[in-house]
Amino acid sequence: MTVTEDRPAYKWVGTRPIRHDGYEKVIGKARFAADLDLPGQLHAAYLRSPHGHARIVSIDTTTAAGMPGVKAVVTGADFPDLDPADPNFDVSVNVMARSTVLYNGHALAAVAATTRAEAAAAVAAIQVEYELLPVVLTLDESMADGAPLVNENNVTKFVESDGPSNLATVNVLERGDVDAAFPAADLVVEREFDTAYVHQGYIEPHACVVDVGPNGKADVWASSQGHFMVRSLTAAILGWEPSRIKVTPAEIGGGFGGKTTIYLEPVAARLSEMSGRPVKLVMTREEVLRATGPAPASKSRVKIAASNDGELIAIECWFGYAVGCANDFAGLVGAMSVASYKFPNLKLEAIGALTNTPKTAAYRAPSAPQAAFAIESVIDELAQALDMDPIDLRLRNAVEEGDPTAMGMPHPRIGFVECLEALRDSDHYQSPVPDGAARGVATGFWFNIGEQSSATVNLNEDGTATVITGSPDIGGSRASMALMAAEELGIDVYRITPVVADTESVGFTDVTEGSRATFSTGMAVVNACRGLIEELRARAATILGVEQDAVTWIEGSAVADGHDPLPLSAITAKAKSTGGPLTVTGSLNAAGAGPSFAAHCCDLTVDEETGQVAILRYTAVQDAGTAIHPSYVEGQLQGGSVQGIGWALNEEYVFDDEGSLENASFLDYRIPVASDLPMIDTIVVEVPNPAHPYGVRGVGETGIVPPMATIANAVARATSTRMTSLPMSPPRILAALEAS
Amino acid sequence: MRYAAPTTVGEAQSLLAEHPGSQVFAGATDLIPQIRAGRPAPPVLIDLKRIDQLMAVIHEDGQWRIGAATPASDLTRNSDFTAMFPGLSEAMGLIGSDQIQNRSSLGGNLANASPAADSVPAMIANAVEAVVASGDGTRTVPVAEIATGPGLTSLADGEFIIEFTVADTPAATSDAYLRMIPRTEMDIAIVGAAVRLTVDGDVITNATVVLGAVAPTAVTVSEAGAALVGAAIDGGSIDGSAMNALADAASAACDPIDDKRGTVAYRRQVAGVMARRAAAIAVDRAQNGD
Amino acid sequence: MSRTHVTCTINGDQVDFLTSDDTSLLDALRVELGLTGAKEGCGTGDCGACSVLIDGRLNCSCLVFAPEAEGSDIVTVEGIADGDHLHPLQQAFLEGAALQCGVCTPGVLIAAKALLDANPDPTETEIRYALAGNLCRCTGYDKIIRSVQEAAVRLKGAAR
Repeated sequence: MTVTEDRPAYKWVGTRPIRHDGYEKVIGKARFAADLDLPGQLHAAYLRSPHGHARIVSIDTTTAAGMPGVKAVVTGADFPDLDPADPNFDVSVNVMARSTVLYNGHALAAVAATTRAEAAAAVAAIQVEYELLPVVLTLDESMADGAPLVNENNVTKFVESDGPSNLATVNVLERGDVDAAFPAADLVVEREFDTAYVHQGYIEPHACVVDVGPNGKADVWASSQGHFMVRSLTAAILGWEPSRIKVTPAEIGGGFGGKTTIYLEPVAARLSEMSGRPVKLVMTREEVLRATGPAPASKSRVKIAASNDGELIAIECWFGYAVGCANDFAGLVGAMSVASYKFPNLKLEAIGALTNTPKTAAYRAPSAPQAAFAIESVIDELAQALDMDPIDLRLRNAVEEGDPTAMGMPHPRIGFVECLEALRDSDHYQSPVPDGAARGVATGFWFNIGEQSSATVNLNEDGTATVITGSPDIGGSRASMALMAAEELGIDVYRITPVVADTESVGFTDVTEGSRATFSTGMAVVNACRGLIEELRARAATILGVEQDAVTWIEGSAVADGHDPLPLSAITAKAKSTGGPLTVTGSLNAAGAGPSFAAHCCDLTVDEETGQVAILRYTAVQDAGTAIHPSYVEGQLQGGSVQGIGWALNEEYVFDDEGSLENASFLDYRIPVASDLPMIDTIVVEVPNPAHPYGVRGVGETGIVPPMATIANAVARATSTRMTSLPMSPPRILAALEAS
Repeated sequence: MRYAAPTTVGEAQSLLAEHPGSQVFAGATDLIPQIRAGRPAPPVLIDLKRIDQLMAVIHEDGQWRIGAATPASDLTRNSDFTAMFPGLSEAMGLIGSDQIQNRSSLGGNLANASPAADSVPAMIANAVEAVVASGDGTRTVPVAEIATGPGLTSLADGEFIIEFTVADTPAATSDAYLRMIPRTEMDIAIVGAAVRLTVDGDVITNATVVLGAVAPTAVTVSEAGAALVGAAIDGGSIDGSAMNALADAASAACDPIDDKRGTVAYRRQVAGVMARRAAAIAVDRAQNGD
Repeated sequence: MSRTHVTCTINGDQVDFLTSDDTSLLDALRVELGLTGAKEGCGTGDCGACSVLIDGRLNCSCLVFAPEAEGSDIVTVEGIADGDHLHPLQQAFLEGAALQCGVCTPGVLIAAKALLDANPDPTETEIRYALAGNLCRCTGYDKIIRSVQEAAVRLKGAAR
C-alpha cells in the first residue's frame, strides 16, 4: 500500500518492471566475486590471530614458503606503514596486523598456493611467537580507570587528547536547559539499556580475484558497495597510485554497510605481485564473522521528562558504543535518533570506546538502532504511564519541517507525521490485538547522504539507451536508474540497459552508503538524460530544419509545430549525419538528501514458560519521498525490519574470556529464518524530497532503526516486564520474568 | 583423504581395519563441518550408503529394522512408522533443514554423540536397540549405552552401527518429543524431552521420560517417569500434581552447562516445561490412537 | 593426490569429471564444471545457498563429497528452466521482486522447486518451513514466500 502526497503524474517512475539484472540472477549466471576464476590462478589463505590481543614477537614463514604449491607469503612487513594520523591507518592495520594483533581473528599473514588446501597447510606451518597482552572486551572494561590500552595508536577524536586512549570519540549536543527542566517536570522516566555486537550477516562472504600484470597494473574483481572505494583504499594500503588499479565490480551478495570497507584486496594484490599469478582470496563464513565488521555493542542511559498532558519536555542521554579495535565514527550519528521529537531541552553525549574485538563497520543506519531502542522504549513507557496511545504521544511531539534536529539545523520537508498517521490509520493498528498477544509501536529515522556520483548515458543507433553508473546494484538500483532514465527520455524502460561499470569506464562514484544510490546516482542519471534531451532537440532541429527553441521533448519524441513528432529512434538513426554519437555524462556532489522517517508496529506473543517470542503480525511504514520502483522500496523496508527483528530477538556475538568468538557460524549466529516470521506488511509514504528531481529519499537504512523498540514495547505490554537488554533471547526473557 | 563406498558390511570393516583412524559416515552433516573446523581428516572416508542393509527400513513380525544410514526424511515420510512412533519421527524431523534431513541418519545422529542429538532421547524412550558390526558378527546394544559423553561412544575401533531395531508399540501407547530452540528451525536443542507412555483408560500405566542437551549424554529420568505412572487423566489432561512432580523431577535430573546456547538455570527450568508439554501430547496420542 | 573419476547426470546431461576425494560436490560443480549458480555461503549446511537436487532430493552440495555423486542425477539452478522458458518459480521471483542481492536466490529456487514437486499446494507455513534452511538477509522473506505461492498457483493452472 502507498500513501502519496500530490505530485506529477509519471509514466515510468512508480511502476514495477522486472529488474534488468534479474534474468541472470534467477538462472544462476550472475557473477558474484567468488564466481570468477582466472587461468593460472592461485588460492590464498590467511593466518589469523588465536589471541585477543598480543604483540607479535616474531613470525617465521620459512617453512611455509617452502611447502608444496606455495608461491608467495606475506606478512605485515610487506605493506607500508602508514602514519597513525593517516585516515586509512586503521583500515591498513586491520587488513594486516603489523606489530600487534588487536583481536582474535586479526590477519597477520597470508599464503598463496596452487590449491586452497596447500595454502591452508602452509598457513598452519607459519611459526609465530606472541607476547600476550591484556584483552579488553566490553565497554565497561574499556572505560574503567586504569584499563589496559586496546590499541596503542588510538587517540580520541573530537576532543583535546593527551596521548593514547581507549576513548575513540566524544560528542556532546545540547540545547535548552535540561538541569532546570527535569526537576520541574510532571513525569520522568529513566532507564539503562545495553545491546550486543551484531553482524550484518550478508550471505556472500567477502571475495576477490586480483591479477597484477608485468607492467605493475592490478586488475581487481571484487564485490563491494563501491569499487572506487576499493580502488582508493587498496592503493592507500599498498602505497600505490590509484590509477595503477582497475576495479571491476562483481555482483554483490549483500552488504548492508559491511562492504563499505575492504579486507582482502591489498593482500591478494601483494601476493599476486610477488607470485606473478592471479590470486583468488575468499573468506569462509567463520572468517566473515570473526574478522569483518560487526556493529558496535552499546550501553545507554536515557532520561525523558513529560508533562501530564503528553508534551515531551526534556531528554538527557548517554550513549556508549564499543567500536572494536580501531577508531570509528559511530558516536555522533547515534545522537540523531533523538531528533524525532520537539524536545525544547536536550543534552546528549555519545562516546565510542575501543575493545579487542573486530573493527566495527557500518550496518544500516550505523549506531541509530542502538539509540532508538533506548529512546523509543522510554517514550513507550511514558505513554503507558500517561495512559496515552503510543502513536498519539508521538504525533503530539513529532518533528516537522523547520523544527531543529539534535545538531540544531532545521529539518527540511519530512514525512514523520505522515508516517505516524498512516500507521495509526492502518488496518493493522485499527484491528484489535489478538487474544493472548500484545502490540508494540516505535519509530526511527535516518538522515541519508548525497556525495559524489557519475553517470554516462549513451543513446544507441536503434533508439535504445545504455545507462552507465558507478554504483554497485545492491538491491535493485539498476532498475531504479532505468526507470528514471525512461521517465526523462520518454522511452520504454526495457529499451534501457543499465550497466554498473568498472573504475576505468565511468566517472568517480562514492561508495553506496547513507542510502544514497537512488538519490545521488539517480540525480546524475537524470542530469545526463536532461543533457541528452538538449542534444536531441538540437539534432531534431537540424533534421526538421527548425530552430532548437521550436522543438520540445514530449514522451520520447521531438515535437515541433507543423511536423510529425520525431521519435528518439529516428534521431539516433541519423546521429552520424547530425553531429556524431549521442552521449552525455552527468556528475555531481549531491546535496539535499532527504531524511526518511519510519513507524513500525508489531503484534507478538511471549511464552512465559520458555521466554520465546512469536511475531504474529508486523507492519513497517516509511517515507520514501517517491518510490521509484515500489517493489524494491518495500523490499528495503521488509529486509531492514527483519534484520531488526533478528537484532531484537536472537543475534549476538558470544565471546569467551579471551575474546574468541564462540558462535562464528550461521548455526549459532542466529539470523531469522523464514519460519520465524509472518509477512512483513509495508506502507510506503511518499512525501517528495524537494531536493531531488523525482522527490527521492533514500530508504535503505531507516528500516532497521525501529524494530528493536517495537518488539521490546510489545514484550513490555505482553508481560509487564521491560526488556532493556538485547537480544531478547528466550533465556534473557525468562530470567527477566523471573526477576520481576 | 580417500573416499570409499563399500557395498557390504564386511568390506567396510576391512577398510576400517586396514586404515586405522578412518571414518564411516552416512550424511556427513556433522563430519564435514567438523573437518572444516579443524578435526583431522581421516585417511579413508567410508560411505555407508551403498550398503543395502544400512539403507533399508523393514517392518515384519512386530519389529522394525531401520538401516543406520537411512536418511531422516525416509522415516518422517513413512506413514506407518510415523503413526507408530510419532515422537521419534518428529524428533528426526527436527534435525536441521529439509536439506539436512535428506542426509542425516539415526546412526550418525547417535554415533556423533552430541548431547543435543534430537533423535537419541526419542530412541531411548522407545527402547530402540543398535545393532553394531563387531568382529566377525554383530552385537546388540541399547541406544542409551552407545554415547558415553560429548563426542565419545562405547563403540570400539572398527565397530559401527548397521541398523536399529525396535518392537511395535503396545496398544494405548505413544510418544512425543519436544525441544526448545531460540528460532523455529535450524538450531541445536537447548533442551530436548522425549516421553513415551501407556494409558489404561484414564490412567497412565507406564511412562519413560528422557531428556537431551541437559547433561553429557541423554538422560533417562526414572523419577519423572514414576511421577506419571498412576496419574489420572481427566478430560485429556494429566493430573496437575503429577505434572508438577514430572517437571520437578526433570529439572532436578539436569546436569547442564552454561554455553553459547543456554544457561544452566534456563536449561533446568525449561527441561521441566518441555517434559510436561511432551507428556501432554503423548497422552493425547495414546488415548486417541494418533 | 589421486583423483576419482565420477560419472553422473547434471541438468539432464551425462557428465564426467575428475575430482579429489575430499572435494565437496559444491566445489566440483563450481570449479570442475563451471556451474557457479550454487553458492557457498557457509560451507556447513546452515545457509542453503548451495542447494541442489540429487536424485530428486534437496541437498546442501557443500555437505556432499563429490565422489558420492557417482551415478546420481543432479539438478542445479542452471537446469530448472526449460531452454529459454523460465520455470514458473523463476518467472514469479522476477515479477514478485523476490530477490534483492540475488546470492541466495539459486538455493531458494531449488528448495522451492523441491517443495512444489512434492507438495503442489503448500500453505504459507509449509512454505516457510520448507525454506527454513535457506537464509536470505535482504528480503525478510516476504516477497519470496509470495512468489512461491504465485508459482504454485501457476503450476497448478498449467497442470490442469
